Amino acid sequence: MEMIKLTIDNKVVEAEKGTTVLKAARKIGIEIPTLCYFELKGMNIENKPGGCRICVVEIAGRKNLAPACATEVMEGMVVHTHNIRVLNARRTVLELMLSDHPTDCLVCAKAGNCELQSMAQQLGVREIPYQGEQSTYRKDTSPSIIRDVDKCIMCRRCEMMCNDIQTVGALSAVNRGFTSVVAPAFEMNLEKSPCTYCGQCVSVCPTGALTEVDHTRYIINALADPTKTVVVQTAPAVRVALGEEFGMEPGQIVTGKMAAALRQLGFKYVFDTDFAADLTIMEEGTELLGRLSKHLAGDTTVKLPILTSCCPGWVNFFEHNFSDMLDIPSTAKSPQQMFGAIAKSYFADKIGVDRKNMVVVSIMPCLAKKYECQRDEFKKDGNPDVDFSLSTRELAHLIKQSNIDFNTLEDEDFDHPLGESTGASVIFGATGGVIEAACRTAYEVFTGKKLDKVDFTELRGLENIRQATIDFDGLPINIGIAHGLGNARKLLEDVRAGKSKFHAIEIMACPGGCIGGGGQPYHHGDIEILKKRSEAIYQEDAGKPIRKSHENPDIIKLYEEFLGKPCGAVSHHLLHTHYFDKSEEVIIND
Amino acid sequence: MVSIKLSENKINQIKDICKSFNNEKGELINVLHKTQSTLGYLPAEVQEVVARELNTSTAHVYGVVTFYSFFTMIPKGEFPISICMGTACYVRGAEKVLDEFKRELKITVGETTADGKFSLSCLRCVGACGLAPVVMVGDKVYGRVAPDGIKEILNDYK
Repeated sequence: MEMIKLTIDNKVVEAEKGTTVLKAARKIGIEIPTLCYFELKGMNIENKPGGCRICVVEIAGRKNLAPACATEVMEGMVVHTHNIRVLNARRTVLELMLSDHPTDCLVCAKAGNCELQSMAQQLGVREIPYQGEQSTYRKDTSPSIIRDVDKCIMCRRCEMMCNDIQTVGALSAVNRGFTSVVAPAFEMNLEKSPCTYCGQCVSVCPTGALTEVDHTRYIINALADPTKTVVVQTAPAVRVALGEEFGMEPGQIVTGKMAAALRQLGFKYVFDTDFAADLTIMEEGTELLGRLSKHLAGDTTVKLPILTSCCPGWVNFFEHNFSDMLDIPSTAKSPQQMFGAIAKSYFADKIGVDRKNMVVVSIMPCLAKKYECQRDEFKKDGNPDVDFSLSTRELAHLIKQSNIDFNTLEDEDFDHPLGESTGASVIFGATGGVIEAACRTAYEVFTGKKLDKVDFTELRGLENIRQATIDFDGLPINIGIAHGLGNARKLLEDVRAGKSKFHAIEIMACPGGCIGGGGQPYHHGDIEILKKRSEAIYQEDAGKPIRKSHENPDIIKLYEEFLGKPCGAVSHHLLHTHYFDKSEEVIIND
Repeated sequence: MVSIKLSENKINQIKDICKSFNNEKGELINVLHKTQSTLGYLPAEVQEVVARELNTSTAHVYGVVTFYSFFTMIPKGEFPISICMGTACYVRGAEKVLDEFKRELKITVGETTADGKFSLSCLRCVGACGLAPVVMVGDKVYGRVAPDGIKEILNDYK
């Protein structure tokens, strides 16, 4: 690799040919401020349109300042990143940006997490000297995501996520000059676009232009209503990220504090989505073995590979893009919806509460879950199985609003019976986890033998697409794993073309899996945060006394008392679903 | 749903244009150019078909259509009117001429009258600066147009 020598702020630095000035400067600890630039290192996620001009630097011999994020290093280059000319230009650029930005920071959903706000602080902007026309645009509210593009600074991170990484293609920069915005085709509402609600646009938006639909006030009302029994479930990935909102180091496991906080908030029953994840493994695993046995018996009509179906962003994606293959995914509902269905039948009966008086709230790392719980097929006589879904961030807000000192809470346990879970269910939160959990159960059920080692480390990691062959006592089972919808698309196109050799494929819409979900605390492009969350997930798993779903005593009891057998008649009715063709659902004029 | 359905014939025309560019994503602008010259304009349904054929998102196609002023989603009138806004025409009062057309036709630049007869657009220099200000209706050039002369021009087409 050819090395280039250059000088940045009077320090000599060597960098590989092709490196940008921005990265070369970082190498020697010089941070050049950026705004539109975004990177998730090691995941092939990078946005450098060079559009915002905040990262401009002076390069000796050049007339104009150059954007550090889009300028490659050259031999003998002399760069100044913070001289007076640069600082003045940078501030002016920001002041101009702010002249076309609402100043309702006091009540903005992104306040405190806004990169534009931080930049104004960092550059010491104390007034906005330029007064001029402000662009205005209607606000667009979908079931999961709010677009308030008055706050858009055209960094185009969301466009990069939606198109290059997720290949969803819901968003694009449209129009030109002052009137340009990021919008769906024909500037229709997001709800009418092919948006999957994965929320990755929200997770990278530097300002309040893209935020989640906030349901916290409904929860407060429900908790204050004496006629309602309010039940809460918490997804696996929440417990390894929630602490960040309270100043803890990334990767802190706060399961016990979270349970205590939820109880203090007034939830009557504090349960765990992990219980339903174990249930998902029972159903999905049985379905996998069912299809596999038929396949081995020579049935050529059986659909393989089986695809996991716990991720609602992914479900939306294949309903829009692979509607010719709706019979391939597992029919098992997601853990969120399995939980709701069991809570409002088995559990409601147990405690003698009418389902209409039960409010089921889910805490999710996800924004697509908000949409999922509103789907008609998950309602009974108009009453949804899950009433509201809050993101990890919304739960943190709720805890802060309620004056709960999260950091000093004593650990508490989940309630029984829907709070009992195994290590297999915790790892649902990381990419590869669902299929690993399925392997732990499917192996033992299929072979009738005990696993020596429950850790399938070959299924773990953060590579975009992974594959492994698991030995089911002489029968090789080919597993595929993809996280990020663009990666999923590649695996699915192989399936469509009949080229796939996998028996089972796990897909998660978000890079990293649920730990990197659109509802998680903002990572601001720090990949280390995602890695630490992932490590914490596996640490939580390793610490669990039971690590296989089919050994969860309350799951065993649930089948004995209520469901009968996995994929049986009651299960089929309560725990399985079907999918819809949404390929034509893109509505043009309404 | 789609309010104006495209005829099978039109869909095939668009598909053929895409095919002539090997259904390449990178040829989007050329495809749109050809499609517009064939159909006259690029309504939403047409963009949908182009997006599908080129295997790209409709949002992306719409982004390109709205970026370039050459592309239009509104059908041009039977008699498209273009007012030259080049320097020579401009200093000799083209803007006043434009304002008069707007007032008379009750449309603004980029629009088409409800009866589909006239549409209004601006262009830069037709190479007839000696005749400034210049107005074109279809292929016909009118020179030294004054605001009070536009009724006469329109009468030619009524």
